[in-house]
Amino acid sequence: MAEAAFLELKGITKRFPGVVANDRVDFDLRRGEVHALLGENGAGKSTLMNTLYGLYHPEEGEIRLNGKPVRIGSPSDAIELGIGMVHQHFMLIPVMTVAENIVLAVEPRNGPFLDLAAAEKRVRDLSQRYGLAVDPGARIQRISVGQQQRVEILKALYRGAEILILDEPTAVLTPQEAHELFEIVRSLTEQGKSIIFITHKLNEVLEIADRITVLRQGKRIDTVPREGATQEGLARLMVGREVVLRVDKTPAEPAEPLLEVENLLVFDNRGLEACRGVSFQVRAGEIVGLAGVDGNGQTELIDALTGLRSPAAGHILVAQKDITGASARERLDLGVGHIPEDRQVRGLVLDFSLAENLALHDFRKEPDSKWGWLYPKRLIERAVRLLKEFDVRGGKPQTLAATLSGGNQQKVVVAREVSRDPKVLVAAQPTRGLDVGAIEFVHNRLVQERDEGRAILLVSLELEEILSLSDRILVIYEGRIVGEYGPDVSEEELGIAMTGGVRGKAA
Amino acid sequence: MAETPEATPGGFSGLTGFYERAGGFIVPFAATVLAFVIGGLVVAITGHNPFAAYKAIFNGTGLNWFFPWVQGDDRTHAAVNLEQTLIIMTPLMLTALAVAFAFRCGLFNIGGQGQYWVGFIAAIWIGTHMSGLSRPVHVLLAILAAIVAGAIWGGIAGILKAAVGAHEVISTIMLNWIAIYGGQYLFEPNGPLQGPIPALPRSSIIDGSAKLWPIWKMEGVIQVLHAGIFIALFALVVYYILLNRTTLGYEVRAVGFNPEAARYGGISVARNYFLALAISGAFAGLAGGVDLLGYKFSVDTSDFATNQVGFTGIAVALLGRNKPLGIMFAALLFAGLQTGTSTRALDPTIFSPSLATDLATIIQALVIFFVGAEVLIFFIWRARRHLRFRGAGAQA
Repeated sequence: MAEAAFLELKGITKRFPGVVANDRVDFDLRRGEVHALLGENGAGKSTLMNTLYGLYHPEEGEIRLNGKPVRIGSPSDAIELGIGMVHQHFMLIPVMTVAENIVLAVEPRNGPFLDLAAAEKRVRDLSQRYGLAVDPGARIQRISVGQQQRVEILKALYRGAEILILDEPTAVLTPQEAHELFEIVRSLTEQGKSIIFITHKLNEVLEIADRITVLRQGKRIDTVPREGATQEGLARLMVGREVVLRVDKTPAEPAEPLLEVENLLVFDNRGLEACRGVSFQVRAGEIVGLAGVDGNGQTELIDALTGLRSPAAGHILVAQKDITGASARERLDLGVGHIPEDRQVRGLVLDFSLAENLALHDFRKEPDSKWGWLYPKRLIERAVRLLKEFDVRGGKPQTLAATLSGGNQQKVVVAREVSRDPKVLVAAQPTRGLDVGAIEFVHNRLVQERDEGRAILLVSLELEEILSLSDRILVIYEGRIVGEYGPDVSEEELGIAMTGGVRGKAA
Repeated sequence: MAETPEATPGGFSGLTGFYERAGGFIVPFAATVLAFVIGGLVVAITGHNPFAAYKAIFNGTGLNWFFPWVQGDDRTHAAVNLEQTLIIMTPLMLTALAVAFAFRCGLFNIGGQGQYWVGFIAAIWIGTHMSGLSRPVHVLLAILAAIVAGAIWGGIAGILKAAVGAHEVISTIMLNWIAIYGGQYLFEPNGPLQGPIPALPRSSIIDGSAKLWPIWKMEGVIQVLHAGIFIALFALVVYYILLNRTTLGYEVRAVGFNPEAARYGGISVARNYFLALAISGAFAGLAGGVDLLGYKFSVDTSDFATNQVGFTGIAVALLGRNKPLGIMFAALLFAGLQTGTSTRALDPTIFSPSLATDLATIIQALVIFFVGAEVLIFFIWRARRHLRFRGAGAQA
């Protein structure tokens, strides 16, 4: 650690049409350290690392390795220099085996043929050396996301990487898998590898990093050692102002049940049972968190609640009224609000203006329209009011939704759903991909809506979010509710339940 | 979440969105200019003077009528040619709307030709079977029949799409052939709607009371500009209002941009597919009705094989970017190319009309190619900048 930096990025500037993604950014890396690159979405973290990896070419600045300037024109240049990158979205071929994926393009050969035995042996050696347990003969499509990530890391190591760039590596992992990843990272650094860890999660940074560089709006704000760093301090550097990380809320005062789900059986697109008899209640004035690893029936449950998928059996009641057979439109009118999982696919029509997006549920009613005649001016009037109330920045009512940042897009969705005064609000991953400031806004708004007596079902893959917002926590595993917990449950306990080890009280 | 530093988020739709904002007319305009330049090169290679050829073609369109210095015989000529250009432009605007409206719902209606013919045939039937009606009533009735017939023809594809998911490209192409062969059958000798002359594969001529009013009568001109052009211009306005000022248009656009979000917002995607194709068909059917009542007055079975107005409409919509004004100018361009290079209008001493017709086809194809290749042009542009940066980096 006392060693001087062997990789230096100096004054890197990268412009995109209309934005300076990196503005004279300095960054360095010492041998055997974990250097975290922290920043909000759009701060320029990935741009900087894509520059180092040869995917982008900076307009200004230089990269020095071991004191010598180097030019990295493409990822193959980067690999040659010992730089490996694990992208957020894995670049693996699902039908091929672990070993085949790892040796791809640098295969050991036996004459003109691939020497599979040699490949598997090399992979096994590597995985033992760094403590990355994988089965070289398994097909990628059959192994878990966490294991796929290990394959990506092994792929980089196989190509001789001394520097590993991990781009938001925990985004796709369960808490346990994240712990295992941190173990791997530690074992890698012990053996002299250096890691650049891109993230926007403060707790991870404090757990794993030796040094932390904070980027904000394309500029390097500061580089600090982990010792002495606090979540609050880092958040302030990231956002540029004081941020309240803890959600301030009073204990819930639940009243009558507004959402009742009874024995719901839902099939997924392949015709398999995704929800196998799910039952629960959400009462007025409480936030119920639904925790679970992705793909355990959450999506199908949400679809069934919002009328986009009809359940095969069971009932859904909103304020004692059976809505099981009601259409999406009828449910909207009966008071079911929904902040969808993916705002760009379901939440918004990106090519519509903000005013049109805000009218998506109500354009058929007065005052938006009458006898099929639309009143664009009235849509705009509403938009002016809502954009102000929900502090949407960067857009007028006539602006296309596509041009807003993710956080502001989400505010538009929240504004539309909340302003219709729903009885039940289903919030699916409401802060996915948002930065700290926007998360703060959405969280506070959800608590505020709870206090106004709405029943809120929060579906999230982020345990931190579930824990900080929920008044009650349900865990879904393989289409069943396997546990119910109070708000004080530990992350570990939830993590165990999420992976099938039931400990809590079965609902 | 991945960071998207580009100013135009949202991948492909963001890219096109950026283009719309950058001024949607630039690319079609550039494509047209480029097509004419390349067409000019072709003319030069064949040993003619491209400027003289283009001037002759321009004069052939009759657009020189608008120049005050064109007088005397030239002016009369120009007027005749201009009438012809506007007559051809009229149905092109309507068949283009048939493509554009479906497109705004995310559908590709290639059935304009078939919808045109069923509208045409329905208008023939009304025009030949309702003698004794007063002219406004007869005309109105024939036009309504054309609209309804086109709407049904488009609606069939819409129902197939909505009910069983049959792709509209396939079903509208098949409906085209049904309309074309069905039409030939109706008017061939001994066909159910054949006209009075037994040997001729031709329909009767519609009653005078069903004919659209001529609006620019001139001596010696057989095909006179008719009131249909006002109908087509009015249809452009209807198209705009329907899309932007009604809940129907809101739904159609929502489905076209993002069916998933529309469905989630409680909009029936299937219903809108049906409505969009039916309304598209209505525009194309109207084109057929207007052509018949305006200047054709009857049909010969050979017309079914040669007429391309529905297909040209696709090109017009593409060039006009599905916008009313764009469609108007694109229709004028395509109509002008057609009259400007016709044997009758072009001065044969400057450029042989048979060659000129081919030139017109080349130019039309190039326009479509360049408009279609817009994204390609954009990427070439970006790649060029990209290379420049790399070059600069290498020198540093």
